[in-house]
Amino acid sequence: MVQLTGITKTFPGVRANYDIDIAVRRGTVHAIVGENGAGKSTLMKTLYGMHRPDSGTIAIDGKAVTLRSPSDAIALGVGMVHQHFQLADNFTVLENVILGDEPTAGGVIKLADARARIEKIGRDYRLSVDPDALVEDIGVGDRQRVEIIKVLFRGARTIILDEPTAVLVPQEVEQLFSALAELKREGLTVIFISHKLDEVLSVADEITVIRGGTTVATVLPSEVTARQLAELMVGSELPSPETRESTVTDVEVLGVEALSLVNDAGRVLLENIDLTIHKGEVVGIAGVEGNGQAELVETIMGMHTPTSGAVRLESEDITGWSTRRRREAGVGYIPEDRTRHGLLLEAPLWENRILGHQTQRPNAKGVLVDRKGAKADTQRIVEEYDVRTPSIDVMANALSGGNQQKLIVGREMSGNPRLLIAAHPTRGVDVGAQAAIWDLIRQARAAGLGVLLISADLDELIGLSDRIKVLLRGRLVADADPRTVTPEQLGSAMTGAGGGES
Amino acid sequence: MRRFWLAVAAPALALVFAVAVTTIILQVSGHAPLQAYKDMWDYGTQPDSLVLTFNLSTTYYVAAVAVAIGFKMNLFNIGVDGQYRLAALFAAYVGGTINLPAPLHVAVILLVAMLVGALWAGVAAVLKNRRGVSEVISTIMLNYVATGILAYLLAEGRFGVLAQGSNNIGTPPIPASGQVPGIEVANLPGPFHGATSAIYGMVVVAVVVGVGYWWLLNRTRFGFDLRASGLSPTAATASGVDAKRMVLYVMLLSGAVAGLIGMPQLLGEAHTYNLDFPAGLGFTGIAIALLGRNSPVGIVFGALLWAFLDVSRQILDLEGVSKEIVTIMQGIAVLSVVIAYEVVRRYGIRAQQREVGRQLGTDEPVLVEAGA
Repeated sequence: MVQLTGITKTFPGVRANYDIDIAVRRGTVHAIVGENGAGKSTLMKTLYGMHRPDSGTIAIDGKAVTLRSPSDAIALGVGMVHQHFQLADNFTVLENVILGDEPTAGGVIKLADARARIEKIGRDYRLSVDPDALVEDIGVGDRQRVEIIKVLFRGARTIILDEPTAVLVPQEVEQLFSALAELKREGLTVIFISHKLDEVLSVADEITVIRGGTTVATVLPSEVTARQLAELMVGSELPSPETRESTVTDVEVLGVEALSLVNDAGRVLLENIDLTIHKGEVVGIAGVEGNGQAELVETIMGMHTPTSGAVRLESEDITGWSTRRRREAGVGYIPEDRTRHGLLLEAPLWENRILGHQTQRPNAKGVLVDRKGAKADTQRIVEEYDVRTPSIDVMANALSGGNQQKLIVGREMSGNPRLLIAAHPTRGVDVGAQAAIWDLIRQARAAGLGVLLISADLDELIGLSDRIKVLLRGRLVADADPRTVTPEQLGSAMTGAGGGES
Repeated sequence: MRRFWLAVAAPALALVFAVAVTTIILQVSGHAPLQAYKDMWDYGTQPDSLVLTFNLSTTYYVAAVAVAIGFKMNLFNIGVDGQYRLAALFAAYVGGTINLPAPLHVAVILLVAMLVGALWAGVAAVLKNRRGVSEVISTIMLNYVATGILAYLLAEGRFGVLAQGSNNIGTPPIPASGQVPGIEVANLPGPFHGATSAIYGMVVVAVVVGVGYWWLLNRTRFGFDLRASGLSPTAATASGVDAKRMVLYVMLLSGAVAGLIGMPQLLGEAHTYNLDFPAGLGFTGIAIALLGRNSPVGIVFGALLWAFLDVSRQILDLEGVSKEIVTIMQGIAVLSVVIAYEVVRRYGIRAQQREVGRQLGTDEPVLVEAGA
């Protein structure tokens, strides 16, 4: 039994959690759901001892405990699998599992012992991974199993899984769930954090909903529908990513022909990509992360020089153009990682308005920056795109992820773009901003832009796209019709298991 | 207003800390700290000392700006030292061998200095762009190469001539048309009143460099690209900044300004490059750029403070206190200012996030009053 009572945790200016009450029964899977930014991760960090709550108590098996660090939590049998794996790629599975907790005798690691224990864990919980495989050689699902084994190896009886399915395709999710069932059968407790409601309903014994930093309800999956759960999460009506009538024309905006990219080490990152986007069309790219999406986008943006092939913008061959020239020609770019590629975090919003459009009006006059023009236009974006900020002079890092993203979308939609490249446009933004961004993409499409959409959220991809292409190991392997395809079929195609329509 | 106080807080804190540590060291080593500070102040505020301080800070200012241009985009031009010495040698030699009307003569000397400085810095840029050599390593190495070239060229039969009545070798003296006269301040009312020396006329160049640096950074597209590259190289690349071209331009610019470092001394006082020509100004420039946080205004204060300490400490030896104590003070000030800026920077970010949270508090439920 793990019981959290009255947990409150504030960070400067943000009350991340308050009055959290959760009781997790032993031998169950307890799901904690809430939209991005609701405070799920903060709560789990509290339970894992990564920070201490301002008030409230944590009790494990009826005993109040104080967790000063993750090692305290581990000693009490609480383990955590983070959303972003924390594995050393150049180590084997075995080495990763024992890393930091090596069983030793006289300073020598007892590898045989460790191997035996890992194999036993694998048998007991049906978590089979080759202990001698290098982590860099194994897939995402296997990596996740390694993380779970790591936690079990340290004697955890309660396992926290933070958004475990975010990186998995549907088939791997199935495997994860059968492993969870096995853990449950052995009397272990699983705390499962997610915002994917179908999954939660199928795997959880109990569900606690968090909204705005506090617990709003605890329900049984048999008593609620996904829609009711979603409304509990959001506190209101639900947005949907669906696009209605087609606006596709036969005027080509982007033409990619036989595009290949080989890196310095000789690895083929993109192979023979053919892709056409028309005016008023959204083309979605589905694929498991790391299959060439980032490279495709960055090659179209001119950040990589293709090894062979050509890129055309309307009738012009832009293969040899610099990134700046492409942007000037009307290519808008919403990058995958906004904090790395889309913003200057320690610069004011109006300077971020200039970024990526340094040479264009209203940001520039000749070789000079037009501060007045840029500021006025930033004000316009803030109003039109509902960027919540007290002023355009605050630093970009003072805004929430959703508001940062709205600023980026507004910026990239300025100056009459012809093509919009949107990589994971709603990643890490709250539901409200997500709906707004979907709307903006639909508006862009209706206004006659061509849109290249990359997303790991298959519902978003199916909902917004006119056509979907599947990218696997750098090649476009299948086409799918978003009107008929299901996430499961798309998932199969993404892993190369067949399916999709060619 | 708060932004202003935040900007001032860090160097003030660092200075207080440096003085505190120096006081302790003085006390422990058996000297009266207050007496030492008083001696420094009394000596340092005499008119002649102030003129010296002012002239020294002119040189320091140009040195710090040369360094700061690179620092602004995280490009560490440690080679400013070699660049300005090489530039000064060539400029002095050219200035001493040609004969032109006054303004043109000076202009040619300045141009040669900037060109040589830029070329020498450009070597590091090409190495970085073509071969991926870190500019930190290459510029440090190029300092040694510059020293070698200087030693080779500053010899009789090459650039050097023996000064009359001494064995100091220098370039041929620059004739009057290539000299920049000082500005007499002895008769002006104010702190310089009664000084026996003059202020370098080249202070004008320092002002131009400072204003130009500010204008370039804050008003031009190039300056925007430069700052963007420093704040986030990845975002700059995605925005269309050509990173390699930026490295080349910024390095050339930094080197060109570095070329000017020796000019106040050369044109205003020495009129020849000889073995006594001041060395190590490039490294002083690094310290002052850090102290002034690469800001065109901050560096003014950094340069003045540094020069004041350098001048006023001369009295300490006469009072039986080792003047190196001031070097310790300068060192601690630079170390602690780096830390203080980081602390203040983080505080500033948090304060603003809190502020934004409070102002939006009405429609964002997770945000509450600051300090709650």
